[in-house]
Amino acid sequence: MPQAAVLILATALLSGVSYGAENYELDIFGSLDVENLWYPQNGAYAEQRAYATGFVAKPKLFLTDYDGSWSIQIAPFFRLDTADSQRTHADLREAYFLVFGEIGDGEWEMRLGVDRVFWGVTESQHLVDIINQTDLVENPNRESKLGQPMAHLTWSTERGIMEFFALTYHRARTFPGVHGRLRSSILIDDEHIEYESAAGEWHVDLAARYSNSFGPFDVGLSVFDGTNRDPVFMPNLDADGTLSLVQHYEQIRQYSMDGQLTIESWLFKLEALRREGASNLMGAKEDYTAFVLGGEYTFNSVLGSAADFGLLAEWNYDLRQEREHSSTEFQNDMFLAVRLALNDTQSTNLIAGILADMDYSTRTLSMVLKRRISDQWSLNLETIVFMDVDEKDIIYTTRRDSFIALNLTYNF
Amino acid sequence: MMNAHIARTTLPLLAVCACILAYPSAPLYAEEATPEEKGLQIARETREKGRGFENFTAEQSMVLRNKQGKESLRQLRVKVLETDGGGNKSLFVFDRPRDVQGTALLVHTHKESDDDQWLYLPALKRVKRISSSNQSGSFMGSEFAYEDLGTPEVEKYTYRYLRDEPCLEMTCTVVERFPLDKRSGYQRLLVWQDKDELRIWKVEYYDKKNSHLKTLTISDYNLYLDRFWQAGEMSMVNHLTGKSTVVTWKDFRFRTELKESDFTQTGLKRMR
Repeated sequence: MPQAAVLILATALLSGVSYGAENYELDIFGSLDVENLWYPQNGAYAEQRAYATGFVAKPKLFLTDYDGSWSIQIAPFFRLDTADSQRTHADLREAYFLVFGEIGDGEWEMRLGVDRVFWGVTESQHLVDIINQTDLVENPNRESKLGQPMAHLTWSTERGIMEFFALTYHRARTFPGVHGRLRSSILIDDEHIEYESAAGEWHVDLAARYSNSFGPFDVGLSVFDGTNRDPVFMPNLDADGTLSLVQHYEQIRQYSMDGQLTIESWLFKLEALRREGASNLMGAKEDYTAFVLGGEYTFNSVLGSAADFGLLAEWNYDLRQEREHSSTEFQNDMFLAVRLALNDTQSTNLIAGILADMDYSTRTLSMVLKRRISDQWSLNLETIVFMDVDEKDIIYTTRRDSFIALNLTYNF
Repeated sequence: MMNAHIARTTLPLLAVCACILAYPSAPLYAEEATPEEKGLQIARETREKGRGFENFTAEQSMVLRNKQGKESLRQLRVKVLETDGGGNKSLFVFDRPRDVQGTALLVHTHKESDDDQWLYLPALKRVKRISSSNQSGSFMGSEFAYEDLGTPEVEKYTYRYLRDEPCLEMTCTVVERFPLDKRSGYQRLLVWQDKDELRIWKVEYYDKKNSHLKTLTISDYNLYLDRFWQAGEMSMVNHLTGKSTVVTWKDFRFRTELKESDFTQTGLKRMR
């Protein structure tokens, strides 16, 4: 980065304002959050708390040259949690340099640094999304991800978009601590991480993706070769007699596809993967196939109002020989949901759904309500209710962890 | 689970529909033509005059006002590329309200079929293909419906010329337009255009029960590249609810460095 840019960046950081010079443009924006979490039931484990307050800061800094041919984006993340020290954490979500230009009849783009990459189309789970590690302490919905260091090259032409990834460092998943909810009975060790590769967390993972749109059809084909983002757990007894679970990350190869067909008010969606080299829940290596198949229909301007009303259905399925050996809770689950967008000045938005396990008795209800209060303030109410969690279900340890979360957000 | 209301818009084609080529005065229609033929002729002339701008960028702000006079603000940046096939490609990046800052929308419009739309959600860095079939829904809580904002393709209406009448200091034609799309929220529209430059000055919207629902008033026209008339202000009043929305355009730049590759999903992910 040119020296002048560094200087401008430093000046702007100190003064906390937007800065436009002749050659560079700098923007600082982001959000501050206050979160209140209530767990109405007593935890399954004695140390677990019933209430937590959290503070979240998500500033973003964006620097670009005047004609936009390169840019830098930096997005740190901070959370403070009053109940669970494991949930108090900081991360660098994004810190990358981006440059792009023309090549032949198409375009190339290079991103170097820490970034977030999303693959997929479905809502109930993000099956094929593998580039970034899940920041699980943030939300059980697994949509929060840790920043991933990488080199990311894109080549896009009329024939579609080709992407190549070199992922230079592996991030271990975050897990709740002893006072936290939504955790396993035995605590997960976050200090001693084991890897199948001798290179450990420095194993360079490779990935490639082709995506394109053909009329109403959008499709993506991806391959990933490297360290799994999903750990397997090994029980470990310390010298002082403490039992913990050690995260062990295997080398896998994953082929996946995601596609969506958009016809008028219908969306038809499919995500599918083939994963090789991963262990199942019993600790045995088992290559497997899994998919999410579903759709969404939206009624516009319902009952003469401005509101949109949507219906969603998605079937999650895992084709392992014994489904109870599946390492996820989506081994055979049906997701049904409604979405209501009032299209009012406050953008009031509600999504409510049920995830029904077809093998076990478990039913999970979820609801998210969003409403803007003013230009800068917004409210977010989220609840998850675990019902009839089956003893054999992988999420049995979270059976008493239904919660209500209320977030007040200030956007700047 | 981004706000669906931002989705599905074809908004800024607003800019395109108000983009009218300055054209030497010529008889617009043969005197013996039927009112239907005259109306169609004016629509075709208007389309021809709007062609050839290549691309532009602009900033748009919207003030939403409810019956009690309470205001809320929307701000977005707009980039539009004219394509050879007749449709356009557009990018919209939202700056306000702040909770949707950085959300961006890519639209590929087609003359014959529904538009293709992709929404970029910066929090997840996710691009979502979304349905474009919502015609009568409100754009971002404003008094503009999606169908008020899209490029008015000539083929999507039938027409009837009504009369010439004085408007402002000019003479305007008044043409009735009937939407062919069943998803439209209107039975008919009345459109006032001046005879010299074909600029639209006023539109009245009549709902399915034929009651006068809304009135759009357009003002503050400027001439760009010596050819294109662009409105600076558009004001929509809803007579049923008493709410109104005023759209102001600024910083128009025509024939910029914009390229086809800026209007792809890769380009969309670069927006912020």
